[in-house]
Amino acid sequence: MSEIVRIENLHKSFDKLDVLKGIDLSVSAGETIVLLGSSGSGKSTMLRCVNFMEVPSDGRIYLHGDLIGSEQNGRMNYRESELCTLRTRIGMVFQHFNLFPHMTVEQNVMEGQLTVLKRSQTEARDKARAQLERVGLADKALEYPARLSGGQKQRVAIARALAMDPDVMLFDEVTSALDPELVGEVLKTMRQLAEEGMTMLVVTHELGFAYHVANRVLFLSDGAILEQGEPQQVLKAPKTKRMREFLDGHSLFKLPD
Amino acid sequence: MVEWDFLAVFADFDLLMTGLLNTLKVTGLALLFGVPLGLAFALMRLSTNRPLSMIAAFIIEFFRTTPPLVQLFWFFFALPILIDVRMTPFIAAVVTFSIQSSAFFAEIFRGGIQSIDKGQWEGAKAIGMSYSQSMKRIILPQAVKRMIPAFMERSIELLKTTTLVSTVAYADLMFQANDLAQKTFRPLEVYTVVAVMYFVLIFVFSQLSIAVERRLARSGESTVH
Repeated sequence: MSEIVRIENLHKSFDKLDVLKGIDLSVSAGETIVLLGSSGSGKSTMLRCVNFMEVPSDGRIYLHGDLIGSEQNGRMNYRESELCTLRTRIGMVFQHFNLFPHMTVEQNVMEGQLTVLKRSQTEARDKARAQLERVGLADKALEYPARLSGGQKQRVAIARALAMDPDVMLFDEVTSALDPELVGEVLKTMRQLAEEGMTMLVVTHELGFAYHVANRVLFLSDGAILEQGEPQQVLKAPKTKRMREFLDGHSLFKLPD
Repeated sequence: MVEWDFLAVFADFDLLMTGLLNTLKVTGLALLFGVPLGLAFALMRLSTNRPLSMIAAFIIEFFRTTPPLVQLFWFFFALPILIDVRMTPFIAAVVTFSIQSSAFFAEIFRGGIQSIDKGQWEGAKAIGMSYSQSMKRIILPQAVKRMIPAFMERSIELLKTTTLVSTVAYADLMFQANDLAQKTFRPLEVYTVVAVMYFVLIFVFSQLSIAVERRLARSGESTVH
């Protein structure tokens, strides 16, 4: 399978705090990779480095084999315009949706298409409608975000990212701010995307989603990948003590089968 | 016992109306130049370019901390000596109050911009929008909405401060009132009428602002829940 994203020796530190300590990852087309780890393990930072919401302190990131940025005197240099173009090709969905409250749902989904991709009004609207249809919210096109439920808002945010025709989608704890009963509709939308062949990197605490949808699960601990593999293996037969503790913490109050 | 006699005032009421018009002219022009200039100062102030930001900060602080009367006198009397230009009272008034109010508007803009949740920047950035695109399309439209009460407040303050221009012989409402009071020997009535005129003007203006605020409040609120 063709490689879409390659991450080499990714480091990120904030002031003196080393959050990522050398991460390597290759993401193939159509793969769904779930990143697990306790808070502070660096999984969100890693995700945010992929589309340069955070600029890596060291390491290289390739999209379709092309190195992002240019190297000068052993240091990576990134031009803002290059990063803006890159971000149109890597969609991102956030924990807190970050919809634009002064725009209707449809305008939210059209905004990037109009201002960044310079698509025509007609084309952007058609595309927006199609993506809203895809996430099951065609009937909400003319509402303002404030009138939607959390789950609906998050699905609009997904449609907004999809409308840019990205090569990869990043999901950063997208169900963590939702009422439990709304989590399902968002996960269902994500599973649908995975089944349609979208390449996805997902940071989540939903082990069930990881188990049923992911092709590969990564477990991050202390800024490094501690375990990775197929979900059945990593989630059911973890090799490390740290991973076992993590899983035990999650199943402490599970309903009996 | 004081005897009120408004007849003399109303006989020359057109004098006051001329003054009112001139007051509105100075205020209007100061707003016209002051608001965009204030936005420019705010954007400079927020810029990551240190020197640019510090220049803006200095200008803003300077004009916020010096008395407007001193600024007016400086532009009217001192500036013509430095650069060989003839300042009319009108130009001096417009220049002074444009810059003076821009300093305050800059702080209002800055406050408005900074009050917007950083998630909005992230949402815009994630779909490939540049800093300026995000500012123009996402941040400012929301910030301006929040700024309206402070903006109106400041505009009213500006309208009142323009009474200072009478000291450089610009025929604003206050200047015309002084003129009329001396002519008619009726200061009590003249200044009472002038006070009422200012009151009506500002009252109408602030009612208008409340209406605008209500209209704007209708669409959209928080992005989080």
